[in-house]
Amino acid sequence: MEQQTTSAGAQLSRVENRKNPWRRASIVLQYAIFPAAVLLLWQVGSEIGFVRRNVFPPPSAVLGVWYDLVTGSTDAAARYSGTWLDHAWASTWRVFAGFGWGVALGIFVGLLIGLSRAMERVFDPTVQILRNIPVTAWVPLSLIFFGIGNAPAIFLIGLGAFFPAAINSTHGVRQINITLYKAARMMGANERELLVRVILPAALPSILTGVRLAMGIAWVLVVVAEVLAVRSGLGYLLNDAYLFYRNDVVIATMLSIGLLGFLSDRFVVVVRDILLTWNKRETFGGEN
Amino acid sequence: MGRISLASVIKRFETGDSVVTALDDVSLAVQDREIVTLVGASGCGKSTLLNLIAGFETPTAGQVLVDGHPVKGPGPDRGVVFQQTALFPWLSVKDNIAFGLSLRANRGKADTQQVVERMLQKTGLSAFRDRHPAELSGGMRQRAAIASVLAINPSTLLMDEPFGSLDSLTRSIMQDFLLEIWEEQRKTVVLVTHDIDEAIYLADKTVVMTAHPGRICEVIEVALPRPRRYDMRSGSPYIALRDHVTQIVRTEAIKGGALSAVN
Repeated sequence: MEQQTTSAGAQLSRVENRKNPWRRASIVLQYAIFPAAVLLLWQVGSEIGFVRRNVFPPPSAVLGVWYDLVTGSTDAAARYSGTWLDHAWASTWRVFAGFGWGVALGIFVGLLIGLSRAMERVFDPTVQILRNIPVTAWVPLSLIFFGIGNAPAIFLIGLGAFFPAAINSTHGVRQINITLYKAARMMGANERELLVRVILPAALPSILTGVRLAMGIAWVLVVVAEVLAVRSGLGYLLNDAYLFYRNDVVIATMLSIGLLGFLSDRFVVVVRDILLTWNKRETFGGEN
Repeated sequence: MGRISLASVIKRFETGDSVVTALDDVSLAVQDREIVTLVGASGCGKSTLLNLIAGFETPTAGQVLVDGHPVKGPGPDRGVVFQQTALFPWLSVKDNIAFGLSLRANRGKADTQQVVERMLQKTGLSAFRDRHPAELSGGMRQRAAIASVLAINPSTLLMDEPFGSLDSLTRSIMQDFLLEIWEEQRKTVVLVTHDIDEAIYLADKTVVMTAHPGRICEVIEVALPRPRRYDMRSGSPYIALRDHVTQIVRTEAIKGGALSAVN
């Protein structure tokens, strides 16, 4: 009896907490305190001359430069003024072009390996060996082969996206609950129905995990490719600003890449959640 | 339709360089519309026997006939209810029940909408039609799985420890649910269990099996009146049967244990 009252009390106070404005303010504070502290420390450190402003510019300067990069209205970014959209677009479409072919081919090959022992023998050893070569090690060869331009960039990004998509697709097929497969066969499903209505939906969560990893890798590789192989994109901007000692532009560009990477990841997550409304598991950390 | 006969069936499994005899010279006849339960210690091959009838396995020697024809593979005439509920997690309860009828092989066999409605009603899941399996309790999940198998209207139900993962209260409710369906549809049922009470309460015939190698030890006619009622479990005919089966299973299990200790 006593215990019941306690737990009911705890529940009540939790409901009250949600309405309590002090409680809500404290939650906002929990989210804000660390980023705010970092920014403040950075700003103050720069103001008191702990670091030189042109070496490590304060957040206010970075923000100002970023604003001019995007709008071209204050000339704070000088030669880079107003170029942001072109660079951001160049990077974004390279990411999606490379990600597109890499993921599509990766899913296809991964499913083949998972579905057929023969295909596994044909492709799996090669995939397993090649995936241990860091994609960055492919840079010289792809420059020799494709020359300077979009082609090596899209090749490298696609190559990086291929492996997680392929490996997770294979895994997705292999971890299918055999009981579901047997049940469908017992009910009279033919090969095509088994593939389309049992194997693919059952493998989908794992396939989409691979797709999400591929998107992350694509943003890493677009920077590598743009530093080395092309004269546009945020990776190019980053490197060029570094060469001209514009560290404020460097930091604004880094943050831009982070932001676009984050938005791309959200895009994949939204697509995943639309496809997998059924796959909500209860976990310690809640849903992700 | 749903006559099953096994004639001198042997099933061996090769694992690496050792050969395990799962079933050794097993003969068994199941009449049409009969409920036969298979009971025995683990490793006695009762699930293997069920898999042979279902067509998931082929016998090493001997014959498995259903309605006089050798089993060539799994098919919708023999509906299998698995211990691990075979529901597609991405489909709602009603779509799971409709799944079998939506397959090319079963198209046009029945009005899917009508069958789904009937099954939902029969299993008491009408209010949960749009839920996904993960949102159901264990008992509801197994009822939905049974409904999805009944929807394709098999002549035989093959059940592999269907209630094994349920708590004992839910299990006894599910047993009465199964009997209720059987009274109505009179399908042939072969049910594997390690629960002796369940084996007797449901059965026309209880087959007691022994392990290493799997053999049929005794076939016991359960001459309790139908429809079965829960209170029969405290009657003396039932208790006599249960004591008898328990004795065999225990003796064989101990013998099996002693043998494997020597091995």
